[in-house]
Parts: sequence; C-alpha cells; structure tokens
Amino acid sequence: MMRSKADEEEYWHSSKFKAFTFEDEDDELSRLKESKQAVNSIRQLVEEDDDDDDDDTEKVSWSGEPVGSISWSIKEMAGSNQKIDREPAFPRIPTEPSTLNKSHSGLSLSSLFRGKAKSENFQSFSDAFSDSVRIYAPELRKPKSEYKDYVCDWSPEETVQRLLQGKAVSLEKFRSLQDKLLLLDFAVAAHDGNVITAVLIYLKRSLRKEVLFRELQSRQTALRHFIHYLTESREQKLLLELLRALGRTEDMALLQYKEHLSITDENNKRDFLKSCLSLPFSAEDSAHVQDHYTLLERQIIVEVRNPFRSGLHWSTGCLMLRSCCQAADRQAERGGKVEIYQRFPRKASILNMPLITTLYYCCFYHYGEPEGTFSSPLNVRRTFKISEKQYFVTALAARAKLKAWSDVDALFTGRNWLGFTRKKSPLSFHRVVDVLQRNSAPTQVLQDYVALIDDAELRISLAQKLKCHDIVISTFRDMKDRQMLVAYRGKVEPGSAPERKIDDLLNNQQIRWKN
Amino acid sequence: MARRDTPGLPDFSLLKRLARDQLVYLLEQLPGKKDLFIESDLMSPLDRIANMSTLKQHDIVKLYKVEYKATVSLSDQLCFLIRPRIQTVKWICDVVNADKAVGRFRRYKIIFTPQRAGDQRWLRTVGGALHLLHSVYGPFSKLYGIGSCSQMTYEWWREQVEQGEQGARPAEIGSVFLIDRDVDFVTPLCSQVVYEGLLDDIFRIKCGCVEFGPDVTSSDRSVKVMLNSQDKVFNEIRNEHFSNVFGFLSQKARNLQTAYDKRQGMDIKQMKTFVSEELKGLKQEHRLLSLHIGASESIMKKKTKQDFQELLQREHCLLEGFEIRESISFIEEHINRQISMMESLRMLCLLSITENGLLPKDYRSLKTQYLQSYGFDHLLTFSNLRQLGLLVEQQGAETLTVMESKVGKLVNDKTAGKITDAFSSLARRSHFRALSRKLNLVPKSDEEYDLRVPKDMAYIFSGAYVPLSCRLIEQVLERDGWAGLEDVTRLLNGHEFAVTGGSRAEPNSDAQRLVLVLFLGGCTFSEISALRFLGRAKGYKFIVVTTAVTNSSRLLEALLGNHA
Repeated sequence: MMRSKADEEEYWHSSKFKAFTFEDEDDELSRLKESKQAVNSIRQLVEEDDDDDDDDTEKVSWSGEPVGSISWSIKEMAGSNQKIDREPAFPRIPTEPSTLNKSHSGLSLSSLFRGKAKSENFQSFSDAFSDSVRIYAPELRKPKSEYKDYVCDWSPEETVQRLLQGKAVSLEKFRSLQDKLLLLDFAVAAHDGNVITAVLIYLKRSLRKEVLFRELQSRQTALRHFIHYLTESREQKLLLELLRALGRTEDMALLQYKEHLSITDENNKRDFLKSCLSLPFSAEDSAHVQDHYTLLERQIIVEVRNPFRSGLHWSTGCLMLRSCCQAADRQAERGGKVEIYQRFPRKASILNMPLITTLYYCCFYHYGEPEGTFSSPLNVRRTFKISEKQYFVTALAARAKLKAWSDVDALFTGRNWLGFTRKKSPLSFHRVVDVLQRNSAPTQVLQDYVALIDDAELRISLAQKLKCHDIVISTFRDMKDRQMLVAYRGKVEPGSAPERKIDDLLNNQQIRWKN
Repeated sequence: MARRDTPGLPDFSLLKRLARDQLVYLLEQLPGKKDLFIESDLMSPLDRIANMSTLKQHDIVKLYKVEYKATVSLSDQLCFLIRPRIQTVKWICDVVNADKAVGRFRRYKIIFTPQRAGDQRWLRTVGGALHLLHSVYGPFSKLYGIGSCSQMTYEWWREQVEQGEQGARPAEIGSVFLIDRDVDFVTPLCSQVVYEGLLDDIFRIKCGCVEFGPDVTSSDRSVKVMLNSQDKVFNEIRNEHFSNVFGFLSQKARNLQTAYDKRQGMDIKQMKTFVSEELKGLKQEHRLLSLHIGASESIMKKKTKQDFQELLQREHCLLEGFEIRESISFIEEHINRQISMMESLRMLCLLSITENGLLPKDYRSLKTQYLQSYGFDHLLTFSNLRQLGLLVEQQGAETLTVMESKVGKLVNDKTAGKITDAFSSLARRSHFRALSRKLNLVPKSDEEYDLRVPKDMAYIFSGAYVPLSCRLIEQVLERDGWAGLEDVTRLLNGHEFAVTGGSRAEPNSDAQRLVLVLFLGGCTFSEISALRFLGRAKGYKFIVVTTAVTNSSRLLEALLGNHA
C-alpha cells in the first residue's frame, strides 16, 4: 500500500495512535502520582485500625484454612439416567475421511482426571447439587470381567478401542507387519496421541529400524509423534538415524550441534564446535557455526590465554609483539595492574557471550589496540564481517559509557571532498542522541548531536526534553516563529543566559517574524 | 449500542467442586496415611481447587515438591501428582528402585495431570473437558469450529456423545466455537495494551494470580494477588485500554478520600456506624487501589524506558502493511543495540507473518545480525520458528512450480520427507494481508479513535487492529455458519465446520446466546477482553475455555533453542 507524502503527513497528524502515548510522562504519570498521593494520605488512617488482617483478596498459599466439607460418596452405580429420545446425534464432518468404522463402547469424561473412564458411573450428588445436575464419579474397582479381557483375542481395531478406554491390552500378540501397521493406523485415526505413542513404543521394540523408518515416512502424524517421543526420552542416536533415513540432513546437523549446550567446559565446547564444522548444515548455517567456533576460540584467548605463547598464528609482523605484552584479561584484572579494570570491574567473564557483547567488551577494554591483536575491536569487526552500522552503534555505546567523548566525536568524523571535517553517522542522529543520553552524556555533549538532527520537529522536541535551550532557540529563530519563542521564554529559568538570548532575539528589529 | 439483555452465567463453581472431588477420590484410592509429591508447575493449578487442609483431611501427612533428588520421606505410602513427562516418571522409577535395593516396602501411586505437549497427546484432555461441559451445562445444539485440531477434538467428542447417554435437561450453554491457535498467530504476537493483558505481559499472571514485587507494593515485600471479578477495582479496569486506567484510578482515589473525609465532624454515634458499616469496605478498596496504582506506575516506568510508543507504532505499521522498509530498519536497530532479545524475535515473527515471509535477502541479513547480537545458538531457535511457519523466507512463485514438477519424481526418493516438509510449511503460509482486507481487520485510520468509547474490538489494540480470531467468531455467529466466508476459510487452510445437534433450542433463547469458545493452543487476555466487548455489543455472553492463557513471550519461549 503506497501513500503519497501528503497522505503520510495527514496520517501521522490525524493518527488515532496519538490518542494515548506512553511517553507523555508529564501528563499521565503525574496524574498517577496524584492518585497515589491521595491514596497514601489516607494510608495512615487505614493502618491505625488495621488490627484484623481481613483481606478479601484471596491469597495463594498452602496455609490450612477451614474448608467446606467435601461431599463425596463412592458407590458403583449403573447408569440410572433415563435415555431420552434423541434425534440423530451430531454429524460427522464430511471432510474427514471416515475410513475406519469405530466400535461402540462406553467411554466418558472422567478421563480428564484419570486417563481412563467408563460411562456407567453417573452418580448424582443430591446432597450437594441441585437435582438437575449430574456429576460423574469414577468407578472404584475394575469389574472382574475386565481382567479376562486381557487374554481375549482382540482385533487391531478393537485393541485400539480398548487402549482408548484405558483398558489393559496385549500388543505382543500382533506379530505380522500388517497387523502392527493396522494398529498404528487405527491409533492415528482415533486422534489420541497417547495411544499413538503407546503403539509406536511397541513398534520400536518389535520392528527393525529400517522397516519402521520406511513405514513412518508415509505416516506423517505418527512420524511427528515418534520424533517427539525420541526427543523427550533423549534417544539421540536413534533420532539421528531416523533423520538420516528421512533425508533430513540439516535437521540432523542441527540436532548434533545442539549438544554443545550441555558442555560446560569451554575448551571441550570449543573442540566440539570444531567437530561440528563438517556437519551437513545449509551453506548459510555452516557459516554461522564457523563463526560460533571462531568466537569461542577468540574468547578463550582473550579471557585466559596468552596467544603468543600458545603459538597461534593470527597475524604477522611486529604487531604480534603487542599481544605478547598483553597479559590475558583474567590475569590483568586479578593483578590489578590495568587501571580500567579497577575503574570498571568486569561483571562477568566474556566466555560464551554473544559476538556483539564481545565486540562491546573489546571496545570497552581494548579500544585503540592495533588491528593485529585478537582483542582489538577492529580485528573482531574484520574477522566476523560486522556491518558498519553495527560496529558504529557498539563502539558508540561503549565509549559513551566510559565518557570518552573525544572517542565518540572521532567516530563521526568524516571528510568531504574539500577536506573539511563534518559529522556523519550510519545511525540517524536522534538515535545517536538516545544512545548518548542513556549513557548520561552531559548537555554539553548532547547538544552537538541534537543540532544535527535533520527533522526540525524531532530536533525541537528532543532539545526541549533534554534542555538544550540554545538549539530550541535557534531553531525557532530559523523558523521565524516569534510566538513559539515567546512561549518558550516561560519555560527557561528567569534571569538565565537562555532567557537573555531570547530577549535579544525578540528585540532584534532585523528579524522578519512570520507571526 | 450495547445490548443490556446479555444472558447470565451458569454456576461454574460446580466445576471447581467437581475437580476437587475428583482429586479427593484419587487420593483415597491409596487409603491411609501418605506423603504427596507434587510437580512444581502443578502447585498453582492445585491451589485453585484445594488447599492444605483438604489434603490433610485425606491423610496427606507431608507435602514435597518433585526435585529429582533421593526422597527423604519416611512414609509407607507415596503418592505422586505429576505431569506425564518421561523425566519425572524415570525419577519415580529411581525412587522405587532405591527402596527395593534397601529392602524397603512401600506403596506408590502416580497421578498424571495432562498438559499440552508437542504432539496430540493433549487432544483427548481437551475432548474430555468439552464432554464434561456438555454433560453438565449442555446439551449443545450448535458447534462451529476451524482448524485441524478443532476438527479432531470435535470428532473425538462426538464419539463420546454418541456412546454416552444424555439426560433430559434444559441446556444452559447452547453454542460452542472451537478455534485452533494456528489459525491466528498474529494476535498473540501483538503487544497487549488492555490492563489485564499488560499485567500479564509485564508481571505474568499465573493461574489467575499475580505476584507484585516491591516496586509495586512500595514496601520490601512482594504480595500475591488473585485477579478476578471479586477484586472490585480490577474488575472495572481489566478490559480497559491502559490509557483509561489512570483516569479511573484517580477518580477512585478522590472518591475514597471524600468517603474518609466524612469522618470530620461526626459525633460518636455516627462514627460508630461509620466504622461498623463503611470502614471495612473502604479499607479493602484502599488496599486494592494502592496495588493497582502501584502496578500502573510500574508499567509506565518500564514502558517509557523501552520506547514503547515507537514500538507500538512500528507494530501498527506492520499490521497495516505500511512503511515496511522503515519497520525492517527499526527491527534491525533494535537488534543492533541488543535491546530485548524477545522483543526483537517477536517483531521478526510479526513481520514474517504479516508479510507472508521475509525476502531472502532480508531474512539472511536479519538472521545474521540476530545471531551476532544474541548468540549463535539461536540457530536452533530459527530452525524451530521455520518449522512452525512463524519466521520464514518468502518462496518465489518459480520455486513453487519447480518443486511441484519435481515432487512426482521424488516420491520414492530419500528426499521425499524433505519435500513434504517444505510443502507443509508452504501450506502454512500466512495470508494475513488478504485476510485483513476481507475481514476488515485494520480500521480506516482517517478518523480519530476514541479509546474511552470503543466502537469495535480494535480498541484492545488502540484502534489499530481487530483480532483475527475474534473477528472470525463474530462473523460466524452473525451468519450462523461459514456461508459467505469461503474465501476466508480457504486462506486459513480450511477445516472449518458448523454442525447442528439433535436438541431443538429456540434460536434466541438464552442458552443460544451463551457461547462457549474453546481455544486450542492458548488465548490471550486481550482476546478475552475483545470477546467481552463483542458480547456486550451483540448480546452474547462468552465463556472462554483454553488450553492455556498465552502471550507473545510464552509463545516464543517455548520455541527458543538456546537451552539444553
């Protein structure tokens, strides 16, 4: 859907979303605060006579409060409820292929609590409920006849029916492949996942893998249940074989890769990731796994090892000497030799952190290191092909956190063809301001960047919020908006420099105000 | 506009008593003194139906949490109340074997409480629940549904009805609507802005109960609060757009102050009456009011901190299909700055579903940046999301044709499974844009939307979007079936049905206007609020039954692959 520019303006101005804003702190939050004060002002009174702790709000606890008697009587009872003359019951849905003819048997709803049920167990709770309501009470004992069923000769269909009812069955007597598959197909047709899984467990025990896998290929529902079962019971080996047989090589690779999550030792994990590199991932994922391995390897070096001594050949030339002098960070921190670790003690080790966190870390503790060192942000950027914008955002946040404003400034410096420096940014300037402000940059720093926001309205609103008076004032001056300037005069401190500046402008006869 | 004649509700406390009785029955099956082991995620649900003294009354001596450690219980009888998880059952086997090894004789009983899992094992639970409701509050006369799970549940339930018996009694609930979560993933992925939904997004409501931390209570302790209609303050704001909540709370606060101020100038007798008649209610209200003011304040603080306003605007643009490029770069910056991992993922999924998949170039670039920012192990998350069709690459038309022509040759090939997979994920392609047009899900933006006087269900998303799930329910009830919605059901991959049962209920009876909506795969508080609105507007009363109350975080957390 395309809209013209005019439409777009219209859209935003008349926007229904303006009805409420979560940013309007002045208004809503202060209203809330008022309410809170009002309520708090009477708190004292409430607490004065708050001798009894009578909360009507139900508390959730296991404290034993008295309960109403539980009406319960258990007795076997045949369905005494009269049948009524019913019209044909609910229809089958025609789209459902009704291939299987299901036998009729008593099955009812107490399955909700027991996974097995019978319908003969209607029982009325005349003592507790009105007569019109019937409640189901489950049977107390199994009828004797049920034990007999065990040895009876049930067909696959009848067996599935009995499984559905939670009755005892013997699956072992089904020996032929055909019978076993019939069992499975009836189970699937009954939509009952428990029964499907039960049959699958039997098939898993009694069929050769090749046969089972082959038959599952054409039975997607059963296959899904089987995969779920193997996953839950952590039968990794068999699951991998199944996926291989199905030709799902990528899933296989991912499943194997997943194992790394349960390895805690970083060196073992790194070695395991290395072994994953040859797995049949998609080309895209293969690159990600390679990066994962490289990242962990890098983190281990930065965190604990001295790369020079370990004889890794990362980069050539004299830059390696720099690495040599650089003790690994864990030691540096413990030794307390490096000032930055004292000023900003590390909160956690860098091991197993995401790549961008690692980059941030390097921008924080290793900024300005030459590109040849493992911990240099530039090196990290190059190795992992981090986008310009991503690098920029991360470096900006890290240097702002350290209040290294000259580093921040340097990030924006570009030269135009005439050789003049001017600020440019891959990130829009109002986001830059947001990042800086979140890192509590002083107004002095902020206003340089607020001034660079292209959109005048956005610039003014941010400048007002951040109290960058000069920018507000000069923007109104540029817009020749006398009225706004007069209004803003009321918001600055009386007798302050901004007020004087406004007065100078208002008294300036040379400006042609538009209002 | 709102109809005043919405029917009243049947007595649902019956279900609670029934569940408690069932529990007692199960406990009594192991007669005599015993210790009970409960899996931790069953504590809260159990709290809703019973309490410690219920258990004590039925010979439970000690209560333990399942912690996969050797048991210290000295009881001769152990009862386990667990989810049907293989790991838990294996642990019980270990307990039993350990007893055996030391020659100890005990009785054991295991009670399974089902839960929705990744396969169909939960289906029968849902079918059972539907059957229970049918038996107690039915007979149902009309059932509508959409989605394959809905259809299977219906089939399962129908079998039970056919085999069971039905007593002659007047129906309390006449109509039922079954809906699969698969039909609409857009709605649960949206940020919630209705009070109850916001509470759930931020504090996580668990079994109707929320825990407010010190930042809300302005003290050093946390409180657990039941959120239901018994909380008079909450009851009035739960369905309100958040922007209306402040006004309401400050009005309440003023009223409360006035009520207290009445004390001034009272004589002893009046004071006595005041204390005995009004004070308790006022105190109660005071407590609730401070809690909800505290909660609102905390919500505001959290939301202003993360640029919620801009996030909502981008979200609305995605729903509207407007400024997609800008939204992509917004998400990209979100990722670059490592702002909330879940929010980034949520926005990516929303982008994918509303746009029918991402362009391959965008998909690759965003995935790479996501992995760089939040960890490479999210490779597994992306794989999970692709399998579910929540975050996919767009398939060009030519890819489809090529696959179709090849598939015939490949049926016997090893890759057949793979092809089937690719096809099923194609089948799951969302057609959100077309659905949105046909069902008018995004109201025209040219008029002001007054959130204080909502005119349609879109108010739950600030007037930007009518939830697809609820719109379907509205349309089907209005048309008494799917007639005229053929285009829509085709886009939703079918499996729709509308059936009439035997019992003849007058079309306009109260029972017919009491509609049971069964969500398979979870629903959000926002959807419940939307249905409540629809009910008020059209004279229905909706009873929502769901496999779980969900929201974007719960939905996506289940799909994160970065844990062992």
